[in-house]
Amino acid sequence: MTITTEPQRATQPAKPPATRRRRSGVADRGANRLFRYLTTGSGVLILIALAAVAGFLLWQAWPAFTTGSDELATKVSFLQGEGSLLAYLGPLVFGTVLAAVLALAIATPLAIGIALFTSHYAPRRLAQVLGYVVDLLAAIPSVVYGLWGALVLAPLVQPIWGWVSDVLGWIPLFAGPAADPARVLLTVAVILAVMILPIITAVTREVFLQTPKLHEEAALALGATRWEMIRTAVLPFGRSGIVSAAMLGLGRALGETMAVVMILSPGLTYSFALLLAGKQQTIAANIALKYPEANELGMSTLMATGLALFVITMVVNMLSRWIVARRKDFSGAN
Amino acid sequence: MAATTAGPSSGGARPAGHDTVRALLRTVDTKRRRRDRTMTVLMYVAFGVAVLPLVSLLWTVVSRGIGRFDVAFLTHSMRGVFGGMDAGGVYHAILGTVIVTLGAAIISVPIGVLAAIYLVEYGPGHRLARAVTFFVDVMTGIPSIVAGLFAYALFVLFFGPGVHFGLMGSVALSVLMVPVVVRSTEEMLKLVPNELREAAYALGVPKWLTIVKVVLRTAVAGITTGIMLAVSRVVGETAPLLLTVGVADSINGNPFEGRMMTLPVYVYRQFSSGLVPCNNPNVACIPTINYDRAWSAALTLILIVMLLNLVARLVSRIFAPKLRG
Repeated sequence: MTITTEPQRATQPAKPPATRRRRSGVADRGANRLFRYLTTGSGVLILIALAAVAGFLLWQAWPAFTTGSDELATKVSFLQGEGSLLAYLGPLVFGTVLAAVLALAIATPLAIGIALFTSHYAPRRLAQVLGYVVDLLAAIPSVVYGLWGALVLAPLVQPIWGWVSDVLGWIPLFAGPAADPARVLLTVAVILAVMILPIITAVTREVFLQTPKLHEEAALALGATRWEMIRTAVLPFGRSGIVSAAMLGLGRALGETMAVVMILSPGLTYSFALLLAGKQQTIAANIALKYPEANELGMSTLMATGLALFVITMVVNMLSRWIVARRKDFSGAN
Repeated sequence: MAATTAGPSSGGARPAGHDTVRALLRTVDTKRRRRDRTMTVLMYVAFGVAVLPLVSLLWTVVSRGIGRFDVAFLTHSMRGVFGGMDAGGVYHAILGTVIVTLGAAIISVPIGVLAAIYLVEYGPGHRLARAVTFFVDVMTGIPSIVAGLFAYALFVLFFGPGVHFGLMGSVALSVLMVPVVVRSTEEMLKLVPNELREAAYALGVPKWLTIVKVVLRTAVAGITTGIMLAVSRVVGETAPLLLTVGVADSINGNPFEGRMMTLPVYVYRQFSSGLVPCNNPNVACIPTINYDRAWSAALTLILIVMLLNLVARLVSRIFAPKLRG
C-alpha cells in the first residue's frame, strides 16, 4: 500500500494527502497526534516504571550477590558474622510464606461464607450494609491493624493459645509453652487473615453474583435445598473466581509489613512452632526493622531480600491472573 | 406428575389431595434438611466472625483515642516533647501526610488517567495495550515495602545514600497509586456510550477534543471517585514512607528537603516508643502517653480515610452521569 503511494506522491503532490486523510478517517495531525502520543506515552511510562522497580532493586542488590559470603558476613551487622546471603534469605522466605499461607487458610473459608451470605442468604438491605462493612475493613490502614493487634488482640488470644498448646501441644505446630505476650506467628496470621478478608470477600461475592439465575432456579426446581443449590450451581461456577481471589489475598498477605513488625517477635529459623516467640520473621517486616542500622552493603542485602519478595508476589499475582484468564472462556466468571 | 401419583390415594377429594402433594413436595428428608440448616448457621457465624474484629477495632480506636483527640493535639507538633510529658500532637504528621499524598496524586493522576484513555480510546487490538493491561494488573500486587525500596534506590542514585525527603515518599506512593487510578478510570471510560463519541465525530470534532470535552466530561464523576478511593488507599501506607520520608518531630512543609513526619509513621513511632518509666514523682508524667498518642493519631487517620471514602461516594452519587439512569 505505502509502496504504491510513494511514487505517486513524487509525481502528483496534491493527491496523496487527500487519500491519506480519507484512509485514517480523522486527520492524525497537530493536537490530535500530540494527544495520542501523550496517552500512549503514559501507557509506556507505566511499563517503564515497572521495569524500573525491578531494575533498580536488582542494581542496588547486586553488591550483595557479588560480595563473597565471608566479607558479607563481617560487613553486614545483622548477618551476625555467619552465613551467606542465601542462608539469610532462606528463613525469611520460609517465614513469609508460612505466615501468608496460614492467613489464607483462616481467611478463605470465612470469606467464602461471608460472600455467600451476602449474595444468597442475607436480605438485600442487609447485604448492602454488609458490602459497605467489608469495604470499610479494606479501608482501614495496616498500621491501625498492627496497633490493635499488638495492644488488644495479642493479650486477648494469649490464654487461648495457652489452652491450645496445653491440649494440642503434641502437634509440632502448637508446641508449648505458648509465649506470654502472644507476639507469635499465629497471632500475626489471625491479623493478616482479617486484613485480607475484604479483598477475598469482594472478589468472590462478585463471582457468586454472576451465577446464572437459571442454574440456581433449575436446582431449586429439582427440589434442592438452598445449600444443595449453592453446592451444585454456585460453587462450581465460582471455583476459578475463588482460587484467583485467594491468590490475590495471598499476594497481599505476603507483602504486608506493619502488622507483622508491630506484633511478631522475630527470629531466623525454619520452625513450624506457631506459638513460640522469636522463631520466624517475614521479609517485609525484616526490611522495615533492619534498614535503620544498615550500612551500604547491608542495604544491598535488604534490597536482595526485597527483590525476592517482589519475585514471589509477582509469581503469585501472575498465577492468579492466569487462572482467571484460562477459566474465563468456560465459566463466564471474571 | 405428582398429581397423578397422589390422585388415587386421595380418591377424588381434590383439596385434600393437594395438601398431601404439597406436604410431600415440601418435606425434605431429615439429613438433607439438617445439613441445609447447618450451612445456614455457618454462614451467619462467618458473617458474625467478620464483623467482630471490625467492631472491636473501631470501638477500641474511638474509645482509647478520643481522650487526647482535641484541638491542642491537632495543632501541635512533637518538637521538644520527651518522656511522659502531657503534651505533643500530630500537626506536623497531618501536614506531612497531606503534602506527601498530594505529591503522589499530582504524579499519578495524570499518568493514570492518560494511560486509561490510551487503553480505552486508542488501545483495543494493539499488543502494547494488552501488555499495559497485564502489567497494570501485576503492578496492583506490588508490596508497599518494595515500592519504598524502589523509591529509595532511585533517589540514592542522584543524592547518595541516606537521603530522606518528602518527594521520595510521593514517588513510592505513586507506584502503588497509578494502577488503582488506571483500573478505575478505565472502567469509567468504558461506561461512556459509544453514541456520544460518534455524535461528536459526526459533527467534525477531532478525536482528542472529543475525548477531552465529551468522554472525560461524561465520566468525570466516576473518575473523581476512583481517584479519591485510590488516595484513601495510599494515605494509610506506612512501610514505604518509613523507608523514604523517615521520621521527624518538627514541622517541615518542604517536600524537597529534610525528613517529614506522616500520620501512619507517627502511629508506628509512638507505638514503638512504648511505655514511659515514671520514676520522679515531682514531674508530671503519664506512663501510657505514647500509646495514648498512637490511638489518637490512629483515630485521626481513620477519620481522614473515612472522610475520603464518604466524599468519594457522595461525588459519584451526586455527579453521576444522567445517561445511565
